[in-house]
Amino acid sequence: MSVKHELNAGAYDPAQIGLGHVPSLDEMDPESQEQGPSRIHTVMATAERFAGPIFLLPAVLALLFLSVFPLLASLYVSLARFKIAPGGFTLTFVGLDNYKKLFFGTEQTHFLGAFAPLTPAMWFVFGSLVVGLAMFLARYLWNARVSVGGLIGRLVLVLGLGTLAWIFARSLWSGGRLGTLTTTIVYVFVGIFFQYIIGLGLAMLTVQNIPGRRFFRVVFLLPMMITPVGVAYMFRMLTDTSKGPFTPIWQAMGLTDFSWVNNAWGARTAILIADIWQWTPFMFVVLLAALESQPTEPMEAATVDGANQWQIFRHIVWPGILPVSMTLILIRLIEAFKIIDLPNVMTNGGPGTATQSLTYHAFINWRALEVGGSAAVAYMLLFLVTFFSLIFVNLIRQQTLEKL
Amino acid sequence: MMMMRWLRSKSYNTPSPFGKVVTYLALGFWAFLILFPLYWLIVTSLKIPSQVAEGPFYLPFVDFKPSLDAWKYILAGDLSNDTLRTYRNTAIVAPVSALLALILGSTASYALVRFEYRPRIGAILTFMGCVALGIAAIYFGVPWQVAVAAAIAVFFILLLTIGRRFKRALGNDDIAFWMISQRMLPPIAVVIPIYILFQRLHLLDTYTALIITYVTSNLPIVVWLMRDYISTIPIELEECAAIDGASRFRIFWSIVLPLAVPGLVATFLFVLVFTWNEYLLALFLSSANSQTLPLVIAAQNATRGPQWWNMSVLILIMIIPVIVIAIVLERYITRGILIGAVKG
Repeated sequence: MSVKHELNAGAYDPAQIGLGHVPSLDEMDPESQEQGPSRIHTVMATAERFAGPIFLLPAVLALLFLSVFPLLASLYVSLARFKIAPGGFTLTFVGLDNYKKLFFGTEQTHFLGAFAPLTPAMWFVFGSLVVGLAMFLARYLWNARVSVGGLIGRLVLVLGLGTLAWIFARSLWSGGRLGTLTTTIVYVFVGIFFQYIIGLGLAMLTVQNIPGRRFFRVVFLLPMMITPVGVAYMFRMLTDTSKGPFTPIWQAMGLTDFSWVNNAWGARTAILIADIWQWTPFMFVVLLAALESQPTEPMEAATVDGANQWQIFRHIVWPGILPVSMTLILIRLIEAFKIIDLPNVMTNGGPGTATQSLTYHAFINWRALEVGGSAAVAYMLLFLVTFFSLIFVNLIRQQTLEKL
Repeated sequence: MMMMRWLRSKSYNTPSPFGKVVTYLALGFWAFLILFPLYWLIVTSLKIPSQVAEGPFYLPFVDFKPSLDAWKYILAGDLSNDTLRTYRNTAIVAPVSALLALILGSTASYALVRFEYRPRIGAILTFMGCVALGIAAIYFGVPWQVAVAAAIAVFFILLLTIGRRFKRALGNDDIAFWMISQRMLPPIAVVIPIYILFQRLHLLDTYTALIITYVTSNLPIVVWLMRDYISTIPIELEECAAIDGASRFRIFWSIVLPLAVPGLVATFLFVLVFTWNEYLLALFLSSANSQTLPLVIAAQNATRGPQWWNMSVLILIMIIPVIVIAIVLERYITRGILIGAVKG
């Protein structure tokens, strides 16, 4: 966020700015002066005073209307057991039972993955990560002013990242299996990385003054406009190794008997490709609009001064689109964690549970009438997304503070 | 030398001939990646079931005999009533929700950029407490009108007494984060409570329920996207207008909105696409009257296996209006609106 610009009424007192006495509209019109300020002026003046709430309150009220009840209701459901009973259903409060099942109980391999003992290489990687986190914490304690909130925040960050790294290290290699939690994280970060890079590249190419760029702009928008269920079915058609359009290629490579559906990472790659195909336009459009609204004078001046394209990009364009990029990645991050249509339609969860995402996990629990467990998984997703979003938002805040 | 001519560009924004070649190669490659699956959809929509099952046929009239069976079935045959009705529903619900979300969201995002809010923590906690009390009262059988009225009354009383004591306040960024956090809970968890809510209000299977739900779920995105666009507008313009005596509303309407048009258009396109394609909430909130198109697509997955040909037709007719709107609106995402606005 840039420096907050405040449009307070007091700042525009002409006398303060040094313009002396600037007659207001009322004073310049002698007739209105005789009758005093008119009714419409007082109404407008009152509205002006309440402009703050008037601008913001409709949105806040709309959000509150539909956000409070579902949030609290699903929190309660996640702490309860759901059972069908004659005449409807019953919800019995069981405390943290559903959560315990996810982390330590029968759902552990589904949620966290199957663990294997760490190889020496993974010990090294994990160890260096732990050292890095410890140094981060130590630097904070040593150099900065320590506050309770800041300390707690950083402790949560370090513990959270450390736990995730531990889970990844034990389930990613040598016999371990990724669970829905780690699969979702892979989908999100790998997907967003490629979507951003490709989207930025396409935006920079199409912002140039070349003939036919309007055609490209419209075409690049297309994938996002297809309904996600439709995209999922379409990719299922495309990746079919016996009936799909790439069959000759599979046959030439000798892969007709190999079905990517039966290979965990093959299935995940297919879903990642479909995800990147579908959501790159999102990055593309926003970055294009941002690049279009960059003022051209600095770039022209830089060209006159002899800067090459890379320098112009790095020092003028990149700082300009950084705020929008951060917002964009945050929005896409939150959406990407909720991926459900692609795993559901393309692989039905993949070989075993290999391509299941967290939302899919919640969905199948819900379908099996394990509604409490489903709400628990949904809340774990909420915590996970909040964790990463807070990290990201604080990163944004630090970046913009450093730039000032 | 001849080589240098290939690498020299006319202006900073027009690439050199070499750059043009590279650009067209890259853009053409990605355009092919996008258009080929769509081409496959078109081809599949022209096939009969046996042609799909026997292997890939690429070119109509060359590899296989195309037939309009699927198109006829969807648009003129058994499914046409469903298709036309759901088409009309989607065409009404999606743009209306997108427009409403844009209006509410852009005013809110302007406020979050230019004004300074300090909601006190005491007020927020009292509010949450009263909401919890109200919901508990409803759960224990109190009729909801009474519970809501009582909760509001208690809230105001507590606000004026206890709420005042805690001075610590949050800021604009926290409000924005709260807004975007509304999107973090996966829809699967909130679908049933929302269903129950609308059932109590007797709004199930109406446009109103869908529009309200879509507006509130897309509002955070509008706010966040517009925040960045609005903060690129130089504040000097607004200060000049304020010195000339314009009110906040006037400034917003006449200065900020026209300058933010590229961002507004891009955001409108997004929200339109999201609401046009939304599946899960529509599945629960609509049954006969207000059914939307994505539901019909998913329903083509019959017990005999997905009906690829029908599905292709439906997907294609779903995209067409959105593409048309995108083509029309694309010209507004252009450069140059701010040039010369602030001198010096």
